[in-house]
Amino acid sequence: MNQTFSRRRDRLLTYQAMREGKITSSRRTRCSACGEESPQLEWDRNFQVCPRCGFHAPVGAYYRLSNILDPGSFQELEDKLSPADPLAFPGYPAKLSELEQSTGLKDAAVAALGRVDGHKAVFAVLDSRFLMGSMGTAVGEKITRAAEYAGKKKLPLVIFSASGGARMQEGIFSLMQMAKTAAAVQRFQSGGGLYISCFTHPTTGGVTASFASLGDIMLSEPGALIGFAGPRVIEQTIKEQLPEGFQRAEYLLDHGFLDRIVLRNEWRAVLSQLLALHEKGGRP
Amino acid sequence: MSRYTPEEKVKIARDPGRPGTSDFIAALFIDFFEQRGDRLCGEDPSILGGIARFHGRPVTVIGHRKGKDLEENLRCNFGMPSPEGYRKAQRLMRQAEKFGRPVITFVDTPGAYPGKEAEERGQGEAIAQTLALMSALEVPTIAIVTGEGGSGGALALAVANRVLMLEHAVYSVLSPEGFASILWKDASRAGEACGVMKLTAQDLRRGGIVQGVLREPEEGAHTNWEAAFRTVDAALTHELAALDKLKGPALARQRYEMFRAMGQGLPPAGREEP
Repeated sequence: MNQTFSRRRDRLLTYQAMREGKITSSRRTRCSACGEESPQLEWDRNFQVCPRCGFHAPVGAYYRLSNILDPGSFQELEDKLSPADPLAFPGYPAKLSELEQSTGLKDAAVAALGRVDGHKAVFAVLDSRFLMGSMGTAVGEKITRAAEYAGKKKLPLVIFSASGGARMQEGIFSLMQMAKTAAAVQRFQSGGGLYISCFTHPTTGGVTASFASLGDIMLSEPGALIGFAGPRVIEQTIKEQLPEGFQRAEYLLDHGFLDRIVLRNEWRAVLSQLLALHEKGGRP
Repeated sequence: MSRYTPEEKVKIARDPGRPGTSDFIAALFIDFFEQRGDRLCGEDPSILGGIARFHGRPVTVIGHRKGKDLEENLRCNFGMPSPEGYRKAQRLMRQAEKFGRPVITFVDTPGAYPGKEAEERGQGEAIAQTLALMSALEVPTIAIVTGEGGSGGALALAVANRVLMLEHAVYSVLSPEGFASILWKDASRAGEACGVMKLTAQDLRRGGIVQGVLREPEEGAHTNWEAAFRTVDAALTHELAALDKLKGPALARQRYEMFRAMGQGLPPAGREEP
């Protein structure tokens, strides 16, 4: 037990140091894309982008927000929202509390009010460390409340997606979150709100097929896998190998589904530009 | 009411002898005029749609089409739509709204097609836009799950004011096979998956996901089409009359609130409401 606490404490301190940019670990981390090792320090300075190949490694929701928002502007929304177990699925509650312990997250989404270069907006970020960022009822509810809150406050909405899709353990209730979130962002947008959807690696299934594909502006980090069906399912279905780069952000850009690819260190500048162009959330 | 296990229901729901969208259209509507094509690049026969009269009143009717024989199965891709199919559905729904026609959909698909071209042309975007559009329509919409309601590919035609299911139809986040292979890395445990997924009409009614379960004849709709048609006809008549009391924006609001509540205020974990 003591060990768990000290490990948790270590991690929290490490996160704090990472946020403040003063990590001096001698640890080396291997890139899951190119297989090369680089000092953790270099990864940290590079916002967790591989210093060798430029692979944009998945990052946690709080970390992402801390790199995008103006210092001190982060105000978490709906942080009490907890997951449910609508199917009474065997082993699911235990899995949820285990993940809460290891990630510090209640579920796979974080919503916040924040500013980028002084421009106020509502943010929602999916975190792939929590069951692949899958959308269960709590994630669907958080996205929906973020959209409704943004609508009520007449603020722009920025969502960063990273998700394996629907949360199997919540079955049909998970599927319904697609309808719910799509309806919520649709309602927000038809009320004049600006919605910027940002894909990160990987985003597939029910998240791609709902709110994530509905942005007024569609952005993605480079190399992100974006699709409805996952590559393995497609290969099994069509019984052939998919070409290199299939379903990657660059491919989607070429096929007309994205406005732009944004490097991780460019998010602040790009969001700031877009928010300024839509001052007052897109209203005249 | 539940003479069949969830696993047996999955088999029945997939029975090729069950009436499909084209059968329901032929039996319940007159003057059907099929509309084809998405006006962007293609025509997807796995979604059938058009204008027809229901008891004299023009409606837009859309549904998944699996096909009746192997040749038609192949042409319709076994009811697995491509983006063109969803974009055609969007076009028909917009038109329905423009002309003030109710939209009636028949849901029967294993899921949207997980193919290379489908991805290339934006399967995810096509489904997402259909969900968003359907959620905000200001005309009455009724969806009937007649066979298998598989995943987002089914939901895209089912964001309706009323979602009804035939008694032995199933509706789920993914096929039981896919579910088992994702969760347990073992597709052969599909039978077990049927048990935990709560995919039967009765379970979904209890969970507030569907608003009505339509009785099927004795052994199932495949044994007596006429009886199934009569039930669906009566249900559509009843629901349309109820929805006619709501004006445009109220219809969109009712639908929004209904889907908004799914997953909120669920029965506490480990307990099931009767």
